[in-house]
Amino acid sequence: MILLQTIDLSKQFGDVHACDRVNFTVNKGEFLSLVGSNGAGKTSLVNLISGHLAPDSGRILFEGTDVTFARIHERIRAGIARSFQIVNLFDVLTVFDNVALSIFSRERKIVKIAALADLDRDVRREALDVLSQFGLAAKSAVPAGGLAQGERKLLDVALAYALRPKLLFLDEPTSGVSTREKTQIMDTVSSVVRAGAVTAVIIEHDMDVVFRYSDRIVMMHEGKFLADGTPQEIRANKNVANILLGAPLSA
Amino acid sequence: MAADVSRVSYRPKLLLFAAATLVLVLLALLPLYIGLYQTQLLTYGLIAAIAALGFNLLLGYTGLLSFGHSAFFGIGAYSVAFLLRDAGIRSMELYILIGLPIVALVSALLGYICVRHTRIFFGILTLALSQVVWTLAYKFFWLTGGSDGLRVARPDLLAGMFTFTGGGAFQRFISAYYYYVLAVFAICVAVMWVIVHSPFGKALQAIRDNETRAAFLGLRIRRFRWVAFLISGTMTGLAGILWVPLNGLTTPEVLYWTFSGEIVFMTLLGGFRNFTGPIVGGPLFTYLKTYAVATTEYWQLLLGVVLVLLVMLLPTGIVGALSVATAKLWPKEKSA
Amino acid sequence: MSILIIQILNSLFYASVLFLIAAGLSLIFGVMRIVNMAHGSFYAVGAFVTAWLVGRAIALGVPAGWTFLLIPVGAAVVALLGIVIEPLLRPFYRRAEEYQLLVTFGLLLILEDVMHLLWGGLPLSADPVMDALPIMRIGGLVYPAYNLVVIGVGVVAALLLWAVIYRTKFGVMLRATSQDRRMASALGLNVGLVYVSAFAIGCFMAGLGGAIIVPTQTAVLGMGIDALILAFVVVVIGGLGSLQGALVGALIVSFVRTAGIQFFPEIELAVLYLIAAVVLLVKPTGLFGTA
Repeated sequence: MILLQTIDLSKQFGDVHACDRVNFTVNKGEFLSLVGSNGAGKTSLVNLISGHLAPDSGRILFEGTDVTFARIHERIRAGIARSFQIVNLFDVLTVFDNVALSIFSRERKIVKIAALADLDRDVRREALDVLSQFGLAAKSAVPAGGLAQGERKLLDVALAYALRPKLLFLDEPTSGVSTREKTQIMDTVSSVVRAGAVTAVIIEHDMDVVFRYSDRIVMMHEGKFLADGTPQEIRANKNVANILLGAPLSA
Repeated sequence: MAADVSRVSYRPKLLLFAAATLVLVLLALLPLYIGLYQTQLLTYGLIAAIAALGFNLLLGYTGLLSFGHSAFFGIGAYSVAFLLRDAGIRSMELYILIGLPIVALVSALLGYICVRHTRIFFGILTLALSQVVWTLAYKFFWLTGGSDGLRVARPDLLAGMFTFTGGGAFQRFISAYYYYVLAVFAICVAVMWVIVHSPFGKALQAIRDNETRAAFLGLRIRRFRWVAFLISGTMTGLAGILWVPLNGLTTPEVLYWTFSGEIVFMTLLGGFRNFTGPIVGGPLFTYLKTYAVATTEYWQLLLGVVLVLLVMLLPTGIVGALSVATAKLWPKEKSA
Repeated sequence: MSILIIQILNSLFYASVLFLIAAGLSLIFGVMRIVNMAHGSFYAVGAFVTAWLVGRAIALGVPAGWTFLLIPVGAAVVALLGIVIEPLLRPFYRRAEEYQLLVTFGLLLILEDVMHLLWGGLPLSADPVMDALPIMRIGGLVYPAYNLVVIGVGVVAALLLWAVIYRTKFGVMLRATSQDRRMASALGLNVGLVYVSAFAIGCFMAGLGGAIIVPTQTAVLGMGIDALILAFVVVVIGGLGSLQGALVGALIVSFVRTAGIQFFPEIELAVLYLIAAVVLLVKPTGLFGTA
């Protein structure tokens, strides 16, 4: 069942086609990887779908509804959430408050002005639950700015996950951390996401990670889709290998 | 600790409540030991604290520096003057009940325009719009008395239970009004404390820290800023309403942009990253300015030097510096 | 007809003074990225210094015609003041805007009282300079020739500033620093020198504005505070950091103000602030701004 579909989605920066008539589909329940070299247009595509950028042309359908020009909060209500490549947290607030904010927002309790945030037992329970799923419960009282890089990456994903989206975009959740931490982060993220039955699209450079965790892999190059298939199919695809090795396109 | 974190701990809140009550009791007892003049000065200080408390919801919690809060203070003050002159109202409660919606309306209107911008543009926009209000008050002299301002008589308190005429009226007014202002002050502190600790207050801080991420949690940034502006302006306006019976006169000076600068100053003096900062900064600034004006003709010079030194040496304000010092002296265990 | 000419001349007169103040404010913002709240006070210092010097000179028996030379001297004194102050502000360029505004607000308070301390609370006049030039007749109306000098100074200042910024090596350094101070520094530019020069030029212009206007009115306490807000209006309309913007903004403000005094005196200032607010809303970078 199709969850998200883009139709001829395009975005240009000057002469550069960040996305060139992209037709992208995400099926419900899959764990999909978006791969490609730097500047291939992966992050631009996620920015367009999440509402961070407005497309030049094309359409975005989510569960059959057109969200091409929906505002960011409307997309989040609809069930599209994302994490950020460059960690994007509320550094002065505690780890607990960071996640609690997500839950308050989702529950539409964020506008409550005459109640103390700490006294909401349901939100508190859920926030601690999310934090322990991500292995951050022990850090709940620490300001987010005081976490180590790996923990920050996890918290960034946790914020998006706590919105309980139908579709979760993870923009390089393992960039900037050591190889050992990469596995830890990916194990945590994939187990949480699969346990929560969330459809996930992950942007990743590390092909070992991609092959290990994905159900499907989509390869982008210069704003276009180059390949789309299961890990086995992608492994066998010559173009992909060439691009990954930096060789010119054979086509 | 980790096993039981899901249970809410009331202990720190009870301690805080006890400490606040203690301070309130001390403030209530103070007039017995200090003279009338000091009591009057302290009343001004509490009013300044209310103004700064309102202002700091924008600066400290929302990250927006307004250079136009004199407008709300002044509109509060002028509302009272108009209610007395044109409607013959002499009751303080009515001043507050009618004045608050007026300042709230103006705050909502100006806020709707100003929150379209942030950073320096927000500052200049608030400055420009507050100057519009100032020039109107200054130029429409038949309405506002121009630079002479409008006189305001001592109002009745608590629905006419206390009136102030005849011999010793001034003394009786100051003593009674101190408690009146203290009560309003306590309510304002409680209200603001709840606001900044509510989900809404947390959202403001999130927006201040990271606007982009806040948007990607589904927060409607501009709307939050607008409501923060509305509350902030209204509370500063309330301070203006309370100020004018004490001062007995309102002039366009309380609308001029340099008075906005003073509100910024007192907040910074206490510390804008603290809840208690503006509460301490308001009275402290009032004393500082009063003594500077009393001791030297060149009080602006003194205030200017204090301000520059403050920004250089104590950017987190007095409360900020004290809490850092306390944390160093008595490192306390972290509690969730 | 002649009244219209006089109104236009009045507007140009006013525009030229406003341009001098606003261009300095804009230049300092463009290079240092700080909004200098004390800028209006530099203009006031220029007026006080010049008026005081003129008073001294007349008392010493200097012929009124020679007192014209004291106008650039007054402006130069303000430039020197700027050279002293700029290094003190430098630690704040990288701090948050709140702190920049507050520290320059503190500087404003200090400067206002220093003027009070040095020259007392009474207005200071420099009439002899104006009286040294004849009164002209335009149609049936009289107009002081000195005002034409002020307009001329404004035009020359605008041309000179333009030439310095766009036609000299120093101007290239200035623009490079304003684009990217780290890059400029990496390319071996003496960024500190650029800062202090830009600040001094900005102060010189503000001081010149004060120096040329003081013969037509008096130097009074608080004139800088009023002028600052109008200069803000000018740069907001024209665009912070833009020279052309300061020029066009000054012209718009002056003509609106002259018309305002004529037709809607009560809301003349309010209209100006509202124009600034509307420009900020519609085009926050101003008519010519890029930042």
